[in-house]
Amino acid sequence: MTATLLPPPVSSTQPPGPPGFGRALRAEWTKFRTLRGWIIAVLVGLALIDAVGLLLVRGSIGCGTASGKACYQPLPTGPDGEAVTDAFYFVHRTLTGDGTITARMRDLTGHYSSRPGPVAAGQDDSGESVGTQPWSKAGILIKDGLTPGSAYAAMTATGSHGTRMQWNFTHDAAGLPGPVTASSPRWLRLTRSGDTVTGYDSSDGVTWAKVATARLTGLPATVQVGLFATSPGVLVVTESFGGSSATGGPSTATGTFDHVALSGTVGGADWAGGAVNGDGRPAPLRDGRPLVGSYRPSGGQITVTGSGDIAPAVPAASTSPGATATIGDHLAGIFLGLVVLIVVAAMFATAEYRRGLIRITLAAIPSRGRLLAAKATVIGAVTFAAGLVAVGVAVPVGVRISRDSGFYVLPVSGAIEARVIVGSALALAVCSVLALAVGVILRRGAAAVAAVVVGIVLPYLLGTAAGLPDSAREWLLRVTPAAGFAIGQTIPRYAQVTARYDAPAYFPLGPWAGFAVLCGYATVALAIAYLLLRRRDA
Amino acid sequence: MNAAVRALGRALHAEWTKQRTVAGPAWLLAVVVVLTIAVSAAAAATSHCRPGTGCPVDTTRLSLTGVQVGQAVVAVLAATAVGAEYGTGLIRVTLTAVPGRLTLLATKAITVTVPVLVAAAGAVLGSLQVGRLLLPRLSLADGQVLRAAGGSVLYLALIALLTVGVAAAVRDTAAALGVVLGLLYLFPIVSAAVSNPHWQRRLDQLSPMKSGLAIQATTNLPDLPLAPWPGLGVLAAWTAAALLAGALVLRFRDA
Repeated sequence: MTATLLPPPVSSTQPPGPPGFGRALRAEWTKFRTLRGWIIAVLVGLALIDAVGLLLVRGSIGCGTASGKACYQPLPTGPDGEAVTDAFYFVHRTLTGDGTITARMRDLTGHYSSRPGPVAAGQDDSGESVGTQPWSKAGILIKDGLTPGSAYAAMTATGSHGTRMQWNFTHDAAGLPGPVTASSPRWLRLTRSGDTVTGYDSSDGVTWAKVATARLTGLPATVQVGLFATSPGVLVVTESFGGSSATGGPSTATGTFDHVALSGTVGGADWAGGAVNGDGRPAPLRDGRPLVGSYRPSGGQITVTGSGDIAPAVPAASTSPGATATIGDHLAGIFLGLVVLIVVAAMFATAEYRRGLIRITLAAIPSRGRLLAAKATVIGAVTFAAGLVAVGVAVPVGVRISRDSGFYVLPVSGAIEARVIVGSALALAVCSVLALAVGVILRRGAAAVAAVVVGIVLPYLLGTAAGLPDSAREWLLRVTPAAGFAIGQTIPRYAQVTARYDAPAYFPLGPWAGFAVLCGYATVALAIAYLLLRRRDA
Repeated sequence: MNAAVRALGRALHAEWTKQRTVAGPAWLLAVVVVLTIAVSAAAAATSHCRPGTGCPVDTTRLSLTGVQVGQAVVAVLAATAVGAEYGTGLIRVTLTAVPGRLTLLATKAITVTVPVLVAAAGAVLGSLQVGRLLLPRLSLADGQVLRAAGGSVLYLALIALLTVGVAAAVRDTAAALGVVLGLLYLFPIVSAAVSNPHWQRRLDQLSPMKSGLAIQATTNLPDLPLAPWPGLGVLAAWTAAALLAGALVLRFRDA
């Protein structure tokens, strides 16, 4: 009996014919998984993201004689959960049930400290300059008590944004344009009806125009109603040696009112004045004494002076106290991990070319598209998973560490936190796919790594650090793949808050728009890689 | 002695022939010059400073911005010169021909650095020329500007040497590029995120790119983390450490 050599039976799980995507995927995954160096590199990248985000970034801060946790200074939070600045001078009475407040504003003036930057003429004898800030405010207010952060609706004149209705910190609606002067006074009116407050303005007190209607959910029966004034800090941005810098100083606003009328069940014999202080900062000085604001009734006229702001808190805003952080601050390590992952992805594409293995691979998986898709899927999935683990640890743990070292982390909703974590992992994955595609295009590891690092990390560096003019920095973060890291932005921009909306906390593009730019680069690179892979002999 | 010098000469000649007869290095040197000048010109063009107007920025430094991009191409050139031989196994042939490990590293360092010096000089002078057309107050006769220009050329040469050392140590072009570019670009990103000003200054002083590029500053020198020449010295120290690591690996590990 002779042994007959039979071909091995065809496995039922592996149909004959060209291999499908599933098998290409499995082959590529096996290649990746079994190279110990690459797995170690991915783990190192993951560790670097966490190490920098958690250990290095948050040194302990000092405040006076104390340091660390003793310096922790939370801001009040508004009705929607965001951190807010709620500091102003309030001349108020109680109003129970429905009612209306009406007042005529005759003037809005201001002072500001001239120390920080170059100032226009008109310094007065106390070393301050005369003039309002763009968002200096004075007007009428209905508020749920005197606790900072409580619900409110206000009709207000502003320094240079006309008459506005603002409520619950984040809402802002425009009324009559133009400044308030004695020759063109502004009539303001707020009407409460249940949960809703409606604001009106008028230039003559006869014809009234509705500005907006605010729904203040859960407004109690008795509220505080009255006149207020406040003014945010000065923001001076100067372009200087090696970039631009922002400086600030305190400012005050003074509103002059007459024809103040209340209707409804009004409590208290007379107006009571006091500062609401919810920005965590000491009051500015006037003539060496802290200025918390003041009010002066004379005849039918009331003047109110205050300082601060009624607005959402933003990072690096002129009114925010020193030690705040955002959850995005804990992502600083992401670029260290990114460089490691770019090297791995570029090698995953180019290593086969070096030793000629690519010819065997293409013999086994002849479809170029399938091979490229399998490689991109493997590297994308691996980096997404690694990034998700790394950022998923760095953000929540980092926030806790920051809090323990005295930083107030501006609160964001769970949805935004999830977007930052998942989006950052997605950005890492797309960057890796981009590196893979560039590796296939260039077929040389060093060139691919250099091209991708110079394309992503360098624009981010130049765009966030001082050195280039602001317009160049903004352009870099808009058109280069670095725009993808806009996904880490957490606190929105507010038109009614003057601040330096600057990278890395603020990108010129929104989170998903920036991410789309990065995806666009990866898609184009993949398309070119596919065409070249088809056209060129391996 | 004479034999040793002749051996070094032969090794130099061999390395130079390798560098000269491959198309890559010549192209990369051209890219260094073109990219550096193009990025510098773009940076100068975006500022609002024009000749005849006051300008609050450091014009010399602004017109040398392209060096930050050009250095990446220099690193590719240097990493390829050393690392590519490991990828193909040619390194074993090379070491048979030139058994002296340190001789080989020295010749590679020289044959990479000399062309880089030439290209860097072209890139830096070209950038400053463009800067003179676009920006006010930029004269090559100024001692500070000369220092910035010469220092930038030296900076690029040191980057080439740094990469030679790293590539000899990690033996792979892609990994070497990752290490070098990480070292250059990541220090400033991390230091910008550090909230403690003391640590921040420390990191800036340690950073090979931030300290090294202090050589380009001509205004506001007291605000620099380190003075220009000591700053370049920091990069030189990193370069020396990388070359030492490369030499040790080359000497004590089989190729």
